[in-house]
Amino acid sequence: MNPKLSFTKNFLDLLSSMRFAVSLLSVLGVASVIGTVLKQNEPYENYIVKFGQFWFALFEHLGLYDVYHSVWFLVILLFLVVSTSLCIYRNTPLMLKEWRTFKEHATEKSLRAFSHQATFKSTADYTVVKQNLLQFLDAKGFKYKIRAQEDGSELIAAKAGTHQRWGYIFTHVAMVVILFGGLLDGNLPFKVQEMLGYKRIETTDLPVSKVPAESRMSVSNPSFRGNMTLAEGATHNVAFLRVRDGYLVQELPFAIGLKDFRIEHYATGQPKSFESDLVIFDPALKEPITKTISVNHPLTYKGIAIYQSDFQDGGTGLKFNVWNLFTPNNQPQALAGNIFGEGALGEGDAQLRVEYNDFRKFNIINMSPDGKGKPHNVGPNVTYKLRDSRGQATEYVTYMQPLQIDGQFYFLSGMRETVQEDFRYLRIPADDNLSIDGFMGFRAMMLDASKYPEIAKRIAEKSLGVRGDPQMKKQFELSLVRLLTVFAKGGYSEVAKVIEKNVPEKEREASATTYIKMVNVAAYEAYNMGLELNKKPLLKNSPETERLLRDSLNAFSDMFFYGTPYYLQLNQFEHKEASGLQLTKSPGQKWVYLGSVILVLGIFAMMYIRERRIWLYLKPDAKEVHFAMASNRKNLDFEQEFNLYREQLAGIAS
Amino acid sequence: MNETIGYQQQTLLQRLNWQDWLYALVIVAGSVFAFIKYAHFMDAYEVTFLFGAAALISYLGWQWKALGRLVLGVGVLSLAAIAMYHGDQARATQVFFLKFLIASQSAIMWMNVLFVLAMVTYWFALYRRSAFTGRVASALTWAAVLFGFVGLMVRWYESYLIATDVGHIPVSNLYEVFVLFCLITALLYLHYEQKLNTKQLGGFVLLVINAAVGFILWYTFDRAAHNIQPLVPALQSYWMKIHVPANFVGYGSFSLAAMVALSYLLASKGVLTSRLPSLDVLDDLMYKAIAVGFAFFTIATILGAMWAAEAWGGYWSWDPKETWALIVWLNYAAWLHLRMVKGLRGPLLAWWALIGLIITTFAFLGVNMFLSGLHSYGTL
Repeated sequence: MNPKLSFTKNFLDLLSSMRFAVSLLSVLGVASVIGTVLKQNEPYENYIVKFGQFWFALFEHLGLYDVYHSVWFLVILLFLVVSTSLCIYRNTPLMLKEWRTFKEHATEKSLRAFSHQATFKSTADYTVVKQNLLQFLDAKGFKYKIRAQEDGSELIAAKAGTHQRWGYIFTHVAMVVILFGGLLDGNLPFKVQEMLGYKRIETTDLPVSKVPAESRMSVSNPSFRGNMTLAEGATHNVAFLRVRDGYLVQELPFAIGLKDFRIEHYATGQPKSFESDLVIFDPALKEPITKTISVNHPLTYKGIAIYQSDFQDGGTGLKFNVWNLFTPNNQPQALAGNIFGEGALGEGDAQLRVEYNDFRKFNIINMSPDGKGKPHNVGPNVTYKLRDSRGQATEYVTYMQPLQIDGQFYFLSGMRETVQEDFRYLRIPADDNLSIDGFMGFRAMMLDASKYPEIAKRIAEKSLGVRGDPQMKKQFELSLVRLLTVFAKGGYSEVAKVIEKNVPEKEREASATTYIKMVNVAAYEAYNMGLELNKKPLLKNSPETERLLRDSLNAFSDMFFYGTPYYLQLNQFEHKEASGLQLTKSPGQKWVYLGSVILVLGIFAMMYIRERRIWLYLKPDAKEVHFAMASNRKNLDFEQEFNLYREQLAGIAS
Repeated sequence: MNETIGYQQQTLLQRLNWQDWLYALVIVAGSVFAFIKYAHFMDAYEVTFLFGAAALISYLGWQWKALGRLVLGVGVLSLAAIAMYHGDQARATQVFFLKFLIASQSAIMWMNVLFVLAMVTYWFALYRRSAFTGRVASALTWAAVLFGFVGLMVRWYESYLIATDVGHIPVSNLYEVFVLFCLITALLYLHYEQKLNTKQLGGFVLLVINAAVGFILWYTFDRAAHNIQPLVPALQSYWMKIHVPANFVGYGSFSLAAMVALSYLLASKGVLTSRLPSLDVLDDLMYKAIAVGFAFFTIATILGAMWAAEAWGGYWSWDPKETWALIVWLNYAAWLHLRMVKGLRGPLLAWWALIGLIITTFAFLGVNMFLSGLHSYGTL
């Protein structure tokens, strides 16, 4: 034999062998595990942070960030297709033969070598016995063929359940069909074009119109799975395909417009449904199609299925009151912007850029201290970044309405310098009208050095009486003004610094207590002066007032750690949402479903149809019937069936 | 031709007596009643499922009389519970029978207790070789299954009492499917118990069921997971009603197979050999359980893919749960290849079936615990 031929034959034998198939299944299993342990398709920076530059590069080279689309994974799948196809090619003729044949050429000698066999003596009339035996086979669902032997004997060869053989063919064909469908839906066309240099992914953030042709997929792309973010009122005719750390632009044969996006909530606040009212614009249509899609209810048009996938802000209009926390001014500035837009605060070198990032109309939060209460909606919040001239940014999240914490209402604004951190919150107590104005008036008084003598005078009069010792009064007022000046520079922590510097260690606690008391008394006056200025009713002496002042002083002290002088209070918004759509063109789907149906049929045929064969060798001369039985799968059911048949046949034959 | 009657096989329809027909009539009448009353809440698929379920329950009850009795028992107790509620959720803690017996929480607690008792009794029966004790253990298991199903049925009703839009079939989170897992595994076992006429394996199978019971208890008391939660939008689909139960027939069968494998390995090492069924019987049972599991797991995965195509925009996303389902499938596919094509038997396959349970458990539970993805409905 030609050695080259024999090598090819050996290779093909290996490919179609069971051993190879089972090994492939194992390798596929292990490869699949990798992709579940290592989170797939994350932004590449995350991987760099996690693994370091060296391992990141190695893993990227191995395609581990998108295992299931890597070349080596596809090669394994390809081998599985080849191996299974060879298996089918090699075994199908055999299976069909087994399916068809009655094996009526068995000889008496070979039957006697069977492990399951018996011989019955027959005294009854030959034709009657034969008749009864055939009836028996009929009753048990066996098909048979009778073959006369040379010596006058007859062999009845019977079979049942040979359709089982189709199970083998079906299951294996199914695998090939499913994998074929899967390959149709893979991104092979792009991969090939990328390798040949016709296409490349775009990794920079460009407007759609600027994306070059080599990163655009045409309408004729047979299969894709992309995303589209559509703001209310907007219309787009492209989708984005995420590939590794970049993207491609997929052109669509029609345009999609979003009329409205809705979220419905359960009574508990959890989201109940996401719905988008879509309009399909296509020159081929006389009238645009209007259709509402929701999760689990997509729309398919021109072979492209459009799914409700997620949602985000679509550029909500925002109006803010901006306070400069460190100037003693009581009047906020107006500021307006849009989510995804930008604005500016301040002037010259100190100017900050505002980047409006996100707006959420509903925030379902569990505010109960022990976490056991029910979560509820606390109203809108807005997330923005303040970026200085050096490009350093601080991120803020500010709630529009005051939130109730331990029975009191606070305006909350969180800040953080990096995404990894948690937000640290500034808690500004709301006044009696649930407004931030009370605190802002108080703050202005506390910062305004020209008001300190008035504050000090009021306190001195109250505590020392109108006719107190003027010298002492003067002294008292002076020390109060000094205290307020220190407090205005940095709140409690500034006071603590001064105490540390000037007071001997033993007396620090006592003096701190005194200062806190004095600051609290001053705060009462300052707050009321602020209210007076705004012509609001004054505070009365009460535990509530005490708490309000304590909270106000804390907020005042904390604002020095807020990272910016600007406090943005959202006072109006015009909500605009964007719907996240997923667009899929999947020509392989029907193949996969077809394969699935074949697979299920095959599995049931293979496992629940039992192939059994019976041979009855009738020898009229010897008045004897020889019975043999076989199955391609020997198990308990077969043993039981054989024993039962042997008994029943013994009765019939005799 | 008298002798031919002995082997003549009766068809199913010929074997049915008037009780069987009455049983089917009750089931169909119940479905028709449900249809007339609630048809306008159901879509075409759900109507199909309703009558499909009626046909399936009738057929299974004809084939396996004990199951028919269970169905009737579950029906009677569930309807009694519903009647006692008077449409008021608060009565779960006010009415004696609801509070202590058949409100969904109570019924599921009874299921837990009965499964523990059944396991102890099965082991005692094995130890004493007592047929009577074995029958008691079997009865306890049936009772546990009865209470478990009543618990799920009443839970289904209770979810509608919270609010009409909250109501849903109780197969939507980890707590509910664990109850389902216990019930399906127990039923599969009871089926083989009757078919093989052996009660010696009960102790083994109930080990895995009671592990799940332990989880349910921890999940209830530590995480208050028994509270009914509304469905997230992705789960609001008729697919859930077939995908989840099909999957759990698979998981249940694989677990059963693993426990039979355990008894096989013990028996082959000479432990309890005289008390357990023969190795051939165990081997055969292990194969049958895996075959059933594989068929249902395949169907469940396909149904899952079809659902994914509708909800997530693609029939296969290599989501961790999908991928692990594939790994489980590949594992048992390899097992079946070795046994059916190579004719392999013996301890190797038993070890494989036992270790297969670890893979299956990871797919079922580990993915939810350690990996995240689209499929994170039952996070721990």
